[in-house]
Amino acid sequence: MSEKVTYGQAWKGGDKPFAASYGKLMMWFFLITDALTFSAFLGSYGFYRFKYPDIWPVPEEVFTHFPFLHGDHPLLFVALMTFILIMSSVTMVLAVNYGHKMEKKKVILWLSLTIVGGFMFLGSQAWEWGHFIHGDKGAIDTKTESIVHIAEGEKMSSVYNLMEVDGHDGSHHHFTINNVINKLETKPNFNIRTANKSYLSNSESIKFLQEEGTEVVLGANLKHNEYGVQNFGQCFFFITGFHGFHVFSGVIILIVILINVIKGTYERRGHYEMVEKVGLYWHFVDLVWVFVFTFFYLV
Amino acid sequence: MANTTTNSNWWIWKVFWILLIVTTVEVVLGIIKPGFLINTQFLGTKLLNHIFIVLTIVKAAYIVLSFMHLGHERKSLKWTILIPPLILIPYLLFILLTEGGYALSLMH
Repeated sequence: MSEKVTYGQAWKGGDKPFAASYGKLMMWFFLITDALTFSAFLGSYGFYRFKYPDIWPVPEEVFTHFPFLHGDHPLLFVALMTFILIMSSVTMVLAVNYGHKMEKKKVILWLSLTIVGGFMFLGSQAWEWGHFIHGDKGAIDTKTESIVHIAEGEKMSSVYNLMEVDGHDGSHHHFTINNVINKLETKPNFNIRTANKSYLSNSESIKFLQEEGTEVVLGANLKHNEYGVQNFGQCFFFITGFHGFHVFSGVIILIVILINVIKGTYERRGHYEMVEKVGLYWHFVDLVWVFVFTFFYLV
Repeated sequence: MANTTTNSNWWIWKVFWILLIVTTVEVVLGIIKPGFLINTQFLGTKLLNHIFIVLTIVKAAYIVLSFMHLGHERKSLKWTILIPPLILIPYLLFILLTEGGYALSLMH
Protein backbone atom coordinates (compact mmCIF):
# COMPACT_ATOMS: atom_id res chain seq x y z
CA MET A 1 0.00 0.00 0.00
CA SER A 2 2.49 2.61 1.14
CA GLU A 3 4.89 2.08 -1.69
CA LYS A 4 7.71 4.55 -1.29
CA VAL A 5 8.28 6.72 -4.34
CA THR A 6 11.91 7.67 -4.35
CA TYR A 7 13.54 10.35 -6.43
CA GLY A 8 13.78 9.39 -10.08
CA GLN A 9 11.01 6.80 -9.97
CA ALA A 10 8.06 9.19 -10.21
CA TRP A 11 8.79 9.98 -13.83
CA LYS A 12 7.65 6.96 -15.81
CA GLY A 13 7.52 8.61 -19.22
CA GLY A 14 9.95 8.23 -22.05
CA ASP A 15 12.33 11.04 -22.90
CA LYS A 16 12.46 14.13 -20.74
CA PRO A 17 10.33 16.61 -22.72
CA PHE A 18 12.75 19.51 -22.28
CA ALA A 19 15.96 17.47 -22.36
CA ALA A 20 17.07 19.45 -19.32
CA SER A 21 17.60 18.40 -15.71
CA TYR A 22 15.28 19.31 -12.86
CA GLY A 23 17.81 21.71 -11.36
CA LYS A 24 18.36 23.60 -14.59
CA LEU A 25 14.62 23.92 -15.23
CA MET A 26 14.01 25.28 -11.75
CA MET A 27 16.84 27.79 -12.15
CA TRP A 28 15.23 28.97 -15.38
CA PHE A 29 11.81 29.28 -13.76
CA PHE A 30 13.34 31.28 -10.91
CA LEU A 31 15.06 33.56 -13.40
CA ILE A 32 11.76 34.21 -15.22
CA THR A 33 10.13 35.38 -11.99
CA ASP A 34 13.20 37.44 -11.14
CA ALA A 35 13.09 39.04 -14.59
CA LEU A 36 9.49 40.06 -13.92
CA THR A 37 10.50 41.58 -10.57
CA PHE A 38 13.20 43.69 -12.21
CA SER A 39 10.75 44.68 -14.97
CA ALA A 40 8.40 45.96 -12.29
CA PHE A 41 11.24 48.03 -10.78
CA LEU A 42 12.38 49.47 -14.10
CA GLY A 43 8.76 49.92 -15.19
CA SER A 44 7.96 52.00 -12.12
CA TYR A 45 11.12 54.02 -12.82
CA GLY A 46 9.66 54.63 -16.31
CA PHE A 47 6.33 55.59 -14.72
CA TYR A 48 7.98 58.35 -12.68
CA ARG A 49 9.99 59.57 -15.65
CA PHE A 50 6.83 59.88 -17.72
CA LYS A 51 5.12 61.60 -14.79
CA TYR A 52 7.92 64.18 -14.30
CA PRO A 53 9.42 64.60 -17.79
CA ASP A 54 10.58 68.20 -17.29
CA ILE A 55 11.95 68.11 -13.77
CA TRP A 56 13.55 64.65 -13.79
CA PRO A 57 17.33 64.85 -13.09
CA VAL A 58 19.66 64.50 -16.08
CA PRO A 59 21.79 61.37 -15.47
CA GLU A 60 24.99 62.89 -16.82
CA GLU A 61 24.74 65.74 -14.31
CA VAL A 62 24.44 63.20 -11.50
CA PHE A 63 26.93 60.46 -12.35
CA THR A 64 30.02 62.41 -13.31
CA HIS A 65 32.77 61.03 -11.10
CA PHE A 66 35.66 58.74 -11.86
CA PRO A 67 38.15 57.57 -9.21
CA PHE A 68 41.39 59.61 -9.08
CA LEU A 69 40.17 61.98 -11.83
CA HIS A 70 38.89 65.49 -11.32
CA GLY A 71 36.19 67.20 -13.32
CA ASP A 72 33.18 65.79 -15.10
CA HIS A 73 33.37 62.37 -16.70
CA PRO A 74 29.77 61.36 -17.35
CA LEU A 75 29.10 57.68 -18.15
CA LEU A 76 32.75 56.60 -17.91
CA PHE A 77 32.51 54.93 -14.51
CA VAL A 78 29.32 52.99 -15.27
CA ALA A 79 30.84 52.00 -18.61
CA LEU A 80 33.73 50.53 -16.61
CA MET A 81 31.30 48.71 -14.31
CA THR A 82 29.51 47.31 -17.36
CA PHE A 83 32.83 46.15 -18.77
CA ILE A 84 33.73 44.43 -15.48
CA LEU A 85 30.42 42.57 -15.43
CA ILE A 86 30.61 41.53 -19.11
CA MET A 87 34.17 40.33 -18.49
CA SER A 88 33.08 38.27 -15.48
CA SER A 89 30.30 36.79 -17.62
CA VAL A 90 32.93 35.70 -20.13
CA THR A 91 35.09 34.05 -17.45
CA MET A 92 31.94 32.33 -16.12
CA VAL A 93 31.06 30.91 -19.52
CA LEU A 94 34.65 29.69 -19.87
CA ALA A 95 34.37 27.94 -16.49
CA VAL A 96 31.14 26.25 -17.63
CA ASN A 97 32.81 25.23 -20.88
CA TYR A 98 35.80 23.64 -19.13
CA GLY A 99 33.33 21.96 -16.77
CA HIS A 100 31.84 20.16 -19.77
CA LYS A 101 35.33 18.90 -20.58
CA MET A 102 35.93 17.85 -16.94
CA GLU A 103 39.07 20.00 -16.69
CA LYS A 104 39.06 20.70 -12.99
CA LYS A 105 42.07 23.03 -12.89
CA LYS A 106 40.73 25.32 -15.60
CA VAL A 107 37.30 25.41 -13.94
CA ILE A 108 39.02 26.54 -10.73
CA LEU A 109 40.97 29.23 -12.61
CA TRP A 110 38.02 30.76 -14.46
CA LEU A 111 35.63 30.44 -11.53
CA SER A 112 38.13 32.29 -9.33
CA LEU A 113 38.46 35.08 -11.92
CA THR A 114 34.66 35.35 -12.03
CA ILE A 115 34.61 35.83 -8.25
CA VAL A 116 37.30 38.53 -8.57
CA GLY A 117 35.14 40.28 -11.20
CA GLY A 118 32.15 40.06 -8.87
CA PHE A 119 34.07 41.68 -6.03
CA MET A 120 35.38 44.41 -8.36
CA PHE A 121 31.82 45.19 -9.41
CA LEU A 122 30.62 45.29 -5.80
CA GLY A 123 33.49 47.62 -4.89
CA SER A 124 32.61 49.92 -7.79
CA GLN A 125 29.01 49.98 -6.71
CA ALA A 126 29.95 50.85 -3.13
CA TRP A 127 32.03 53.73 -4.49
CA GLU A 128 29.17 54.85 -6.69
CA TRP A 129 26.73 54.75 -3.77
CA GLY A 130 29.18 56.68 -1.61
CA HIS A 131 29.32 59.49 -4.14
CA PHE A 132 25.58 59.45 -4.71
CA ILE A 133 24.85 59.68 -0.98
CA HIS A 134 27.46 62.39 -0.36
CA GLY A 135 26.57 64.46 -3.45
CA ASP A 136 28.66 67.40 -4.59
CA LYS A 137 26.37 70.26 -5.58
CA GLY A 138 23.72 70.54 -2.89
CA ALA A 139 20.24 71.85 -3.61
CA ILE A 140 17.22 73.49 -2.03
CA ASP A 141 13.91 71.76 -1.44
CA THR A 142 10.76 73.81 -1.95
CA LYS A 143 7.14 73.78 -0.82
CA THR A 144 6.06 72.20 -4.11
CA GLU A 145 8.68 69.47 -3.47
CA SER A 146 10.65 70.32 -6.57
CA ILE A 147 14.41 70.66 -6.10
CA VAL A 148 16.19 73.83 -7.25
CA HIS A 149 19.93 74.27 -7.73
CA ILE A 150 22.47 77.06 -7.27
CA ALA A 151 23.88 78.54 -10.49
CA GLU A 152 26.25 81.28 -11.52
CA GLY A 153 24.46 83.03 -14.34
CA GLU A 154 23.54 80.26 -16.79
CA LYS A 155 26.08 77.80 -15.43
CA MET A 156 25.46 75.16 -12.76
CA SER A 157 27.30 75.93 -9.55
CA SER A 158 26.86 74.46 -6.08
CA VAL A 159 25.72 75.32 -2.57
CA TYR A 160 29.32 74.75 -1.47
CA ASN A 161 30.61 77.35 -3.94
CA LEU A 162 28.03 79.83 -2.77
CA MET A 163 28.81 79.23 0.91
CA GLU A 164 32.58 79.23 0.19
CA VAL A 165 33.32 75.89 1.82
CA ASP A 166 34.95 72.74 0.45
CA GLY A 167 32.24 70.10 0.00
CA HIS A 168 34.79 67.29 0.09
CA ASP A 169 36.76 68.25 3.20
CA GLY A 170 35.22 65.37 5.13
CA SER A 171 33.29 67.49 7.61
CA HIS A 172 29.54 67.37 7.96
CA HIS A 173 28.02 70.57 6.60
CA HIS A 174 24.64 71.96 7.44
CA PHE A 175 23.09 75.13 6.04
CA THR A 176 19.71 76.73 6.57
CA ILE A 177 17.59 78.51 3.97
CA ASN A 178 18.45 81.83 5.62
CA ASN A 179 22.21 81.14 5.27
CA VAL A 180 21.67 80.71 1.54
CA ILE A 181 19.43 83.79 1.19
CA ASN A 182 21.97 85.95 3.06
CA LYS A 183 24.79 84.74 0.81
CA LEU A 184 22.70 85.36 -2.31
CA GLU A 185 22.15 88.94 -1.13
CA THR A 186 25.88 89.57 -0.76
CA LYS A 187 26.88 87.73 -3.96
CA PRO A 188 24.83 89.01 -6.90
CA ASN A 189 26.55 86.75 -9.46
CA PHE A 190 24.85 83.68 -7.93
CA ASN A 191 21.25 82.72 -8.67
CA ILE A 192 18.81 79.78 -8.80
CA ARG A 193 18.27 77.20 -11.49
CA THR A 194 14.69 75.94 -11.24
CA ALA A 195 13.67 72.29 -11.49
CA ASN A 196 12.77 72.59 -15.17
CA LYS A 197 16.24 74.01 -15.90
CA SER A 198 15.43 77.69 -16.37
CA TYR A 199 17.51 80.38 -14.64
CA LEU A 200 16.18 83.11 -12.34
CA SER A 201 17.91 86.45 -11.75
CA ASN A 202 19.58 87.08 -8.39
CA SER A 203 16.69 89.17 -7.01
CA GLU A 204 14.10 86.70 -8.32
CA SER A 205 16.07 83.90 -6.67
CA ILE A 206 16.02 85.59 -3.27
CA LYS A 207 12.29 86.28 -3.53
CA PHE A 208 11.66 82.68 -4.69
CA LEU A 209 13.58 81.20 -1.74
CA GLN A 210 11.86 83.46 0.80
CA GLU A 211 8.46 82.31 -0.45
CA GLU A 212 9.08 78.69 -1.47
CA GLY A 213 12.30 77.42 0.09
CA THR A 214 11.98 74.83 2.85
CA GLU A 215 15.42 73.34 3.46
CA VAL A 216 18.91 72.89 2.05
CA VAL A 217 19.49 69.32 0.84
CA LEU A 218 23.05 67.99 0.74
CA GLY A 219 23.50 64.55 -0.80
CA ALA A 220 20.84 61.87 -1.01
CA ASN A 221 18.82 59.58 1.23
CA LEU A 222 15.48 57.82 0.95
CA LYS A 223 13.59 60.96 1.98
CA HIS A 224 15.03 63.40 -0.52
CA ASN A 225 18.03 63.97 -2.71
CA GLU A 226 19.87 66.95 -4.13
CA TYR A 227 19.50 65.76 -7.74
CA GLY A 228 15.78 66.33 -8.19
CA VAL A 229 12.48 64.48 -7.78
CA GLN A 230 12.38 62.34 -4.62
CA ASN A 231 11.52 59.22 -6.62
CA PHE A 232 14.81 59.48 -8.48
CA GLY A 233 16.81 58.74 -5.33
CA GLN A 234 14.41 56.02 -4.22
CA CYS A 235 14.57 54.32 -7.63
CA PHE A 236 18.37 54.56 -7.59
CA PHE A 237 18.68 52.91 -4.17
CA PHE A 238 16.10 50.21 -4.86
CA ILE A 239 17.08 49.24 -8.40
CA THR A 240 20.87 49.35 -8.11
CA GLY A 241 20.57 48.03 -4.55
CA PHE A 242 18.45 45.06 -5.55
CA HIS A 243 20.81 44.34 -8.43
CA GLY A 244 23.85 44.72 -6.17
CA PHE A 245 22.24 42.29 -3.72
CA HIS A 246 21.93 39.80 -6.60
CA VAL A 247 25.61 40.25 -7.43
CA PHE A 248 26.49 39.78 -3.77
CA SER A 249 24.49 36.55 -3.43
CA GLY A 250 25.96 35.44 -6.76
CA VAL A 251 29.48 35.90 -5.42
CA ILE A 252 28.61 33.92 -2.26
CA ILE A 253 27.15 31.06 -4.32
CA LEU A 254 30.18 31.11 -6.64
CA ILE A 255 32.50 30.80 -3.64
CA VAL A 256 30.54 27.80 -2.32
CA ILE A 257 30.66 26.15 -5.75
CA LEU A 258 34.39 26.90 -6.07
CA ILE A 259 35.05 25.15 -2.75
CA ASN A 260 33.09 22.13 -4.00
CA VAL A 261 35.07 22.11 -7.26
CA ILE A 262 38.36 22.22 -5.33
CA LYS A 263 37.18 19.42 -3.03
CA GLY A 264 36.38 17.34 -6.13
CA THR A 265 32.64 16.97 -5.43
CA TYR A 266 31.67 17.38 -9.06
CA GLU A 267 34.57 15.29 -10.28
CA ARG A 268 33.14 12.39 -8.21
CA ARG A 269 29.60 13.19 -9.33
CA GLY A 270 30.76 12.81 -12.91
CA HIS A 271 29.52 16.16 -14.18
CA TYR A 272 29.87 19.89 -13.54
CA GLU A 273 26.21 20.77 -13.97
CA MET A 274 26.19 22.76 -10.75
CA VAL A 275 28.69 25.19 -12.30
CA GLU A 276 26.33 25.52 -15.26
CA LYS A 277 23.35 26.32 -13.02
CA VAL A 278 25.25 29.02 -11.12
CA GLY A 279 26.44 30.25 -14.51
CA LEU A 280 22.82 30.79 -15.56
CA TYR A 281 22.26 32.91 -12.46
CA TRP A 282 25.45 34.89 -12.99
CA HIS A 283 24.62 35.67 -16.65
CA PHE A 284 21.17 36.75 -15.56
CA VAL A 285 22.74 39.29 -13.18
CA ASP A 286 24.78 40.59 -16.13
CA LEU A 287 21.61 40.71 -18.24
CA VAL A 288 19.80 42.82 -15.65
CA TRP A 289 22.73 45.21 -15.45
CA VAL A 290 22.58 45.70 -19.24
CA PHE A 291 19.02 47.01 -18.79
CA VAL A 292 19.80 49.05 -15.66
CA PHE A 293 22.74 50.63 -17.51
CA THR A 294 20.50 51.67 -20.42
CA PHE A 295 17.49 52.90 -18.50
CA PHE A 296 19.22 54.49 -15.54
CA TYR A 297 22.33 55.97 -17.09
CA LEU A 298 21.82 56.31 -20.85
CA VAL A 299 18.19 57.12 -21.65
CA MET B 1 27.31 26.71 -33.85
CA ALA B 2 25.72 23.78 -32.05
CA ASN B 3 28.73 21.47 -32.18
CA THR B 4 31.35 24.09 -31.48
CA THR B 5 29.95 24.94 -28.05
CA THR B 6 31.67 22.21 -26.15
CA ASN B 7 34.78 21.84 -28.26
CA SER B 8 36.18 25.33 -28.57
CA ASN B 9 36.12 28.75 -27.00
CA TRP B 10 36.19 31.06 -30.02
CA TRP B 11 32.44 31.72 -29.91
CA ILE B 12 32.74 32.99 -26.33
CA TRP B 13 35.26 35.63 -27.37
CA LYS B 14 33.17 36.48 -30.43
CA VAL B 15 30.17 37.25 -28.17
CA PHE B 16 32.49 39.15 -25.81
CA TRP B 17 33.66 41.44 -28.62
CA ILE B 18 30.09 42.00 -29.84
CA LEU B 19 28.96 42.96 -26.31
CA LEU B 20 32.00 45.21 -25.85
CA ILE B 21 31.57 46.98 -29.20
CA VAL B 22 27.83 47.53 -28.69
CA THR B 23 28.49 48.94 -25.19
CA THR B 24 31.21 51.23 -26.56
CA VAL B 25 28.84 52.52 -29.25
CA GLU B 26 26.23 53.20 -26.55
CA VAL B 27 28.68 55.09 -24.34
CA VAL B 28 30.07 57.15 -27.24
CA LEU B 29 26.54 58.05 -28.40
CA GLY B 30 25.64 58.89 -24.79
CA ILE B 31 28.61 61.24 -24.44
CA ILE B 32 28.49 63.08 -27.78
CA LYS B 33 24.67 63.01 -28.07
CA PRO B 34 24.35 63.78 -31.81
CA GLY B 35 21.95 66.72 -32.30
CA PHE B 36 19.69 65.19 -34.92
CA LEU B 37 19.13 62.07 -32.80
CA ILE B 38 18.23 64.18 -29.74
CA ASN B 39 15.92 66.58 -31.55
CA THR B 40 14.00 64.00 -33.54
CA GLN B 41 11.01 62.75 -31.58
CA PHE B 42 9.60 59.36 -32.43
CA LEU B 43 6.87 57.44 -30.58
CA GLY B 44 6.98 59.76 -27.59
CA THR B 45 10.72 59.85 -26.99
CA LYS B 46 14.01 60.85 -28.61
CA LEU B 47 15.29 58.86 -31.57
CA LEU B 48 18.53 58.32 -29.62
CA ASN B 49 16.61 56.50 -26.89
CA HIS B 50 15.17 54.10 -29.47
CA ILE B 51 18.69 53.35 -30.65
CA PHE B 52 19.76 52.65 -27.04
CA ILE B 53 16.80 50.32 -26.52
CA VAL B 54 17.48 48.39 -29.75
CA LEU B 55 21.19 48.02 -28.87
CA THR B 56 20.24 46.85 -25.35
CA ILE B 57 17.93 44.19 -26.76
CA VAL B 58 20.74 43.04 -29.09
CA LYS B 59 23.04 42.65 -26.08
CA ALA B 60 20.33 40.90 -24.06
CA ALA B 61 19.69 38.47 -26.92
CA TYR B 62 23.39 37.54 -27.13
CA ILE B 63 23.61 37.00 -23.37
CA VAL B 64 20.48 34.85 -23.17
CA LEU B 65 20.86 32.85 -26.38
CA SER B 66 24.61 32.38 -26.31
CA PHE B 67 26.01 32.74 -22.77
CA MET B 68 22.95 31.20 -21.14
CA HIS B 69 22.90 28.63 -23.91
CA LEU B 70 19.17 29.03 -24.52
CA GLY B 71 19.70 29.14 -28.29
CA HIS B 72 20.91 25.54 -28.15
CA GLU B 73 18.22 24.13 -25.86
CA ARG B 74 15.31 22.13 -27.19
CA LYS B 75 12.69 24.29 -28.91
CA SER B 76 9.97 23.46 -26.36
CA LEU B 77 12.16 24.62 -23.46
CA LYS B 78 13.30 27.72 -25.32
CA TRP B 79 9.76 28.99 -25.95
CA THR B 80 8.49 27.92 -22.53
CA ILE B 81 11.08 30.25 -21.04
CA LEU B 82 10.88 33.09 -23.56
CA ILE B 83 7.16 33.51 -24.18
CA PRO B 84 5.96 34.52 -20.66
CA PRO B 85 8.47 37.40 -20.26
CA LEU B 86 8.11 38.44 -23.91
CA ILE B 87 4.36 38.90 -23.42
CA LEU B 88 4.20 40.08 -19.80
CA ILE B 89 7.05 42.61 -19.76
CA PRO B 90 5.94 44.74 -22.77
CA TYR B 91 2.39 44.53 -21.39
CA LEU B 92 3.49 45.77 -17.96
CA LEU B 93 5.64 48.53 -19.47
CA PHE B 94 2.82 49.67 -21.73
CA ILE B 95 0.47 50.01 -18.75
CA LEU B 96 2.99 51.74 -16.47
CA LEU B 97 4.21 54.23 -19.09
CA THR B 98 0.67 55.07 -20.20
CA GLU B 99 -0.32 55.62 -16.57
CA GLY B 100 2.77 57.80 -16.07
CA GLY B 101 1.66 60.06 -18.90
CA TYR B 102 -1.84 60.15 -17.43
CA ALA B 103 -0.49 61.04 -13.97
CA LEU B 104 1.37 63.94 -15.61
CA SER B 105 -1.80 65.18 -17.28
CA LEU B 106 -3.60 65.13 -13.89
CA MET B 107 -1.03 67.48 -12.34
CA HIS B 108 -1.81 70.27 -14.81
